[in-house]
Amino acid sequence: MADPVPTPWRYRHRLPTRLWHWLNALTVIILLMSGLMIFNAHPRLYWGQYGANLDRAWLQIGPTSTGGHVVIGSIDVPTTGVLGRWRDKQGNVQTRAFPYWATIPSRYSLAGARRWHILFAWLLVVPGFLYVVASLINRHFRRDLLPSRDELRPRHLWQDVKDHARLRLPTGDAAARYNILQKLAYDAVIFGLIPLMILTGLTMAPAFDATFPWLLELFGGRQSARSLHFLSAMGLLAFTIVHLTMVVLAGPVREIRSMLTGWFRLPPERRRND
Amino acid sequence: MTEIVSRRRALGGLAAGAGGLLLAGCDRVAKTTTARSLFTGAEALTYRANRLLTARDALAPEYGAGDISPVFRSNGTAMPGGGDYAALLANRFRDWRLQVTGLVARPLSLSLDQIGRLQRRTQTTRHDCVEGWSAIGRWTGTPLGPLLAAAGLSGAARYIVFHCYDLIGGTPYYESIDLVDAFHPQTILAYALNGHLLPVPNGAPLRLRIERQLGYKQAKYIHTIEAVASLAAIGAGKGGYWEDVGDYAWYAGI
Repeated sequence: MADPVPTPWRYRHRLPTRLWHWLNALTVIILLMSGLMIFNAHPRLYWGQYGANLDRAWLQIGPTSTGGHVVIGSIDVPTTGVLGRWRDKQGNVQTRAFPYWATIPSRYSLAGARRWHILFAWLLVVPGFLYVVASLINRHFRRDLLPSRDELRPRHLWQDVKDHARLRLPTGDAAARYNILQKLAYDAVIFGLIPLMILTGLTMAPAFDATFPWLLELFGGRQSARSLHFLSAMGLLAFTIVHLTMVVLAGPVREIRSMLTGWFRLPPERRRND
Repeated sequence: MTEIVSRRRALGGLAAGAGGLLLAGCDRVAKTTTARSLFTGAEALTYRANRLLTARDALAPEYGAGDISPVFRSNGTAMPGGGDYAALLANRFRDWRLQVTGLVARPLSLSLDQIGRLQRRTQTTRHDCVEGWSAIGRWTGTPLGPLLAAAGLSGAARYIVFHCYDLIGGTPYYESIDLVDAFHPQTILAYALNGHLLPVPNGAPLRLRIERQLGYKQAKYIHTIEAVASLAAIGAGKGGYWEDVGDYAWYAGI
């Protein structure tokens, strides 16, 4: 091996990406937690145009006579202590769907939650639009996020899945680029889940339905849009959990520093017998 | 491996700490004047954006007979306690009158029969509660715009206020809308639901339907319609019962 090794730094994240990442880290958490409070106001989900207490819900979270449960179709899962029945900070039993530690505000307030939700919805939409424009101009989408034909070959995909399963994360130069599973995950969020969140959110707004009635047809009705809004929020939560886990496994200092400064220090090459 | 575990534990602790801080922080931040002005700013932005994007007369979607909810859920008051409502109901609203007052040239006082003989509109629309549920019903009533025109609405009027018989915690319910919504073709004073006279839980004898906003704007049990230049002198000045009491947004198009 040639010695000395050149300083292994790469400029990995441009400024628009970094700004949008950190703003979104805050925005997505606040939207999720205020959204869970809004859900608490009517903890039932339906498919179709209408749906209220006397109609059939496909998902329901609430109290039973003694505990709490989640009902999905005909499946009834006891969730006492966490969902449907839990103790608040003062130790009093509450029977709302999501507990205080998961919602904004922490005490029941639909009006308060809507204020947070709508303010941060603007912070999702407007900077998100600017990020998309910037990423088209600086070619972030094309260079970093567009999968190549080679990467999409089943063999390559499978190899990447195996590497992830064994936690053999890329080293050296390969670590500076997104691998195919990363690209697919980020693409699913940026071009799938976030637009879906925004569009299903707007479909729930009666004024917006007068402007863009096709949204109702696209999602199969306002209550279907509400269900899809909830499901894509759960998708974003799942992504966030996996994303944070991968940051920890890949080296949190290296990863967080690169998202703050843009500069990524390459992880050393693995030794043969490692 | 131990390095990863301890690192993970440290980061987990950090995340939990940050989460706790965020939670406690959000509750505290929401009470600051900066946060409150950001919230009301976002509400005003939503209102302006909707007025900009949506054509004045853009119609809320109307549905077919097959889409009507089997049961139209009623919410809030089911039996008003205000004024002489009980006596009016006992007499099947024969003594009830709708007053049209405020900034109008010719104040009106109309019986239910007189309202029934005015221009009529039937629409099958979706009612969206702020809580998240929806119900579809077929409403029949008289459009509000022509009624205001007949009363000679003054050029100084900017809002239409609906005063109601229902009391919540002793406070009379009221709501208000701007003139864009007041003159919208689907904004009607409804006296029938699904082909029957309005049931008491749904607002008998007369309620507002304003189809591009949420449920709490749809005032029930109306006795007076007042045209005003400002909302400041009514109730606590925020334009509606829930706006005053619960910090709900005055514009409920979203």
